[in-house]
Amino acid sequence: MTNGIRFTRRTLLQGAGTALAAGPITGFPAVHAAEPVTLRYLGTAVNQSGDIARKVKEDLGITIEYIPVVTDEVTKRAVTQPNSFDLIDTEFFSLKKIVPSGNILGMDARRIKNADKITPIFTKGEIAGKAIGDQGTAPKKVFYLEGQTGKTFASSPTEWITLIPTTYNADTLGIRPDLIKRPITSWKELLNPEFKGRASILNIPSIGIMDAAMVVEATGDYTYADKGNMTKAEIDRTIKLLIEAKRAGQFRAFWQDFNESVNLMASGETVIQSMWSPAVTKVRTQGVACTYQPLKEGYRAWATGFGLPKTLTGRKLDAAYDFVNWFLSGWAGAYLNRQGYYSAVPETAKTQMEPYEWAYWMEGKSAEKDIHGPDGGLLEKAGATRDGGSFEARMGAVACWNAVMDENTYMVRKWNEFIAA
Amino acid sequence: MSDVALPALADVPANSVRAEAAPARRRRPLAYLQAAPMALVFLVFLAIPLLLTLMVSFWEYNEYEIIPAFTLQNYRDVFEGCGNLADPCTTARTYLSTLKFCALTLAFTLLIGFPVAYFLAFHVRSRTVQMGLFLLCTIPFWTSNVIRMISWIPLLGRNGLVNDTLQGMGVIGSPIEGLLYSDFSVTLAFVHLYTVFMIVPIFNSMARIDRSLIEAAYDAGATGWQTLWSVIVPLCKPGIAIGTIFVLTLVMGDFVTVGVMGGQQIASVGKVIQVQMSYLQFPAAAANAVVLLAAVLMMILGLTRVIDLRREL
Repeated sequence: MTNGIRFTRRTLLQGAGTALAAGPITGFPAVHAAEPVTLRYLGTAVNQSGDIARKVKEDLGITIEYIPVVTDEVTKRAVTQPNSFDLIDTEFFSLKKIVPSGNILGMDARRIKNADKITPIFTKGEIAGKAIGDQGTAPKKVFYLEGQTGKTFASSPTEWITLIPTTYNADTLGIRPDLIKRPITSWKELLNPEFKGRASILNIPSIGIMDAAMVVEATGDYTYADKGNMTKAEIDRTIKLLIEAKRAGQFRAFWQDFNESVNLMASGETVIQSMWSPAVTKVRTQGVACTYQPLKEGYRAWATGFGLPKTLTGRKLDAAYDFVNWFLSGWAGAYLNRQGYYSAVPETAKTQMEPYEWAYWMEGKSAEKDIHGPDGGLLEKAGATRDGGSFEARMGAVACWNAVMDENTYMVRKWNEFIAA
Repeated sequence: MSDVALPALADVPANSVRAEAAPARRRRPLAYLQAAPMALVFLVFLAIPLLLTLMVSFWEYNEYEIIPAFTLQNYRDVFEGCGNLADPCTTARTYLSTLKFCALTLAFTLLIGFPVAYFLAFHVRSRTVQMGLFLLCTIPFWTSNVIRMISWIPLLGRNGLVNDTLQGMGVIGSPIEGLLYSDFSVTLAFVHLYTVFMIVPIFNSMARIDRSLIEAAYDAGATGWQTLWSVIVPLCKPGIAIGTIFVLTLVMGDFVTVGVMGGQQIASVGKVIQVQMSYLQFPAAAANAVVLLAAVLMMILGLTRVIDLRREL
């Protein structure tokens, strides 16, 4: 099938070449230049905002055509249908699958204006000079390629970047403080029998097992060499604990999509569960108390970024670079910060935010005025502070990153065993 | 289903037209030609994909590619640890759980479906009212499966309508947890979703029953129950069998209902396949699909042994 498409493409390109060659003779060369560029943007729906597409159309004249799919599907498309998009927005951990397939191209750092201003979380794995947890597929491990079409990651900086970061965040447990009525400080509370039948974990194997590993370490039962790259014995141990908890009736349900997690929490089916930051916000906007609880063992972090398919050439390639440069230039960064995510180049985003917004979202200070989301909706009243505090406090406390393990196949099989138990 | 019906149709001309052998022979190529489009559709959309699935189930794979090879590893993974009967393997557990839902759903859809069909076919005299009521049964199908399923959640939840009402009336002290995210809620949703698949074929069978047979039974002194048990039920067998096939195949392959109503805590074969697909483990998923297909085919084969569909239709 791939061959078929390539053949058609080549034929089309040849056709276009002929047309261009014929252009000056017939005297209509300007038609091609004026043709607007459309970029097919493959990613998860969470990152695909209509506001960003409208703004980029206004600023650059580039049309963004979103292809929204779930996280695993992004990876699957990148590996199996690399011709079906012009720009990919995917998680850094997916790179362990995508890069060996040879379907993405290293981004030329010299063409990215703000490349040297990207936060050192990605380039060096540190924040404010302090190293952060790098267990799992930490972005710094997969940030650079050996060559533009390389299939191996470089251990030191090169000019070829795999993904230009779009958003990232530090995940933790969400709790219902009104129903728990006592402070929660550790991951081990997820499996505390006190919350029997009122806990939940997410049913995405690669992420769920990391949350379980945080619990195992918190109980002091075992310390992993790398939670994001377990041995078979470590996977067995972790799954065994989960199965015991499940058989004891600890879990009310598992969730797989954002809205499920919101409903479980808002309806009081669960009081403690793995959660994503915007889900907590959504529960709160329904008038239900929900805290994105910082825990002493730290956060499980994730990051997504823009990559280029290797088939991209010519004007579309230029447009893709223009778009990525625009994305890092501030407006989009401020937009993401206001959603509770973090942006790749904080200093440009700062220029597009009000000082009180910056103080609330990034510095962990209490809000001087009411805090509004990017859509204008009220998120927090004046006086509120962000769960977990400042950018440095939250990202500095990262313990591990979403990952693809070497024993991934085995892990998925054991996870299915857990679900069937 | 059509391959079950086809031979029966083919028998008829072969017997009755034997005398005119020559025209029949001339007509045979035409018959093949007429059957060709359907056969072609089956070949392209059913036979070839199935063969491909079978082929891929023997391939090797890694994180990002599937590698043509011949290995039994995928099947070994499916059946790993299945020799131990005391602590069943994942596959055995998954199938046992799915079979349990098959049995429960079958029992309840039949218990509800048969009386409904009976009422429609024998108690409603007017054709118009009959068709009207029949269409009424299909109205829930105007909305999507998922919506009909999800609408149970606010009803059955811990703080849902049922628990709140019962608590308000003082019937129960604390909410019943087992209403939602349990075997109960899954079975309830299945029965709700699939009863109509039982009603339709049974109603169809009943509508074909010659009314004089029932009169004859009464005349011969049979009681109502005897007539039901000895005349109507045997004549409804094909309808029951077809309804059973519908329900079995739907429940065996389902993973959405089990996922949503079981709170993702209950395993299903479809879910295992879906997880493997999303992790690019296509050969493993293919092996599971082949095993599932074999299991369902065996069940249907067993069913056709009990009821000879070919003869009954």
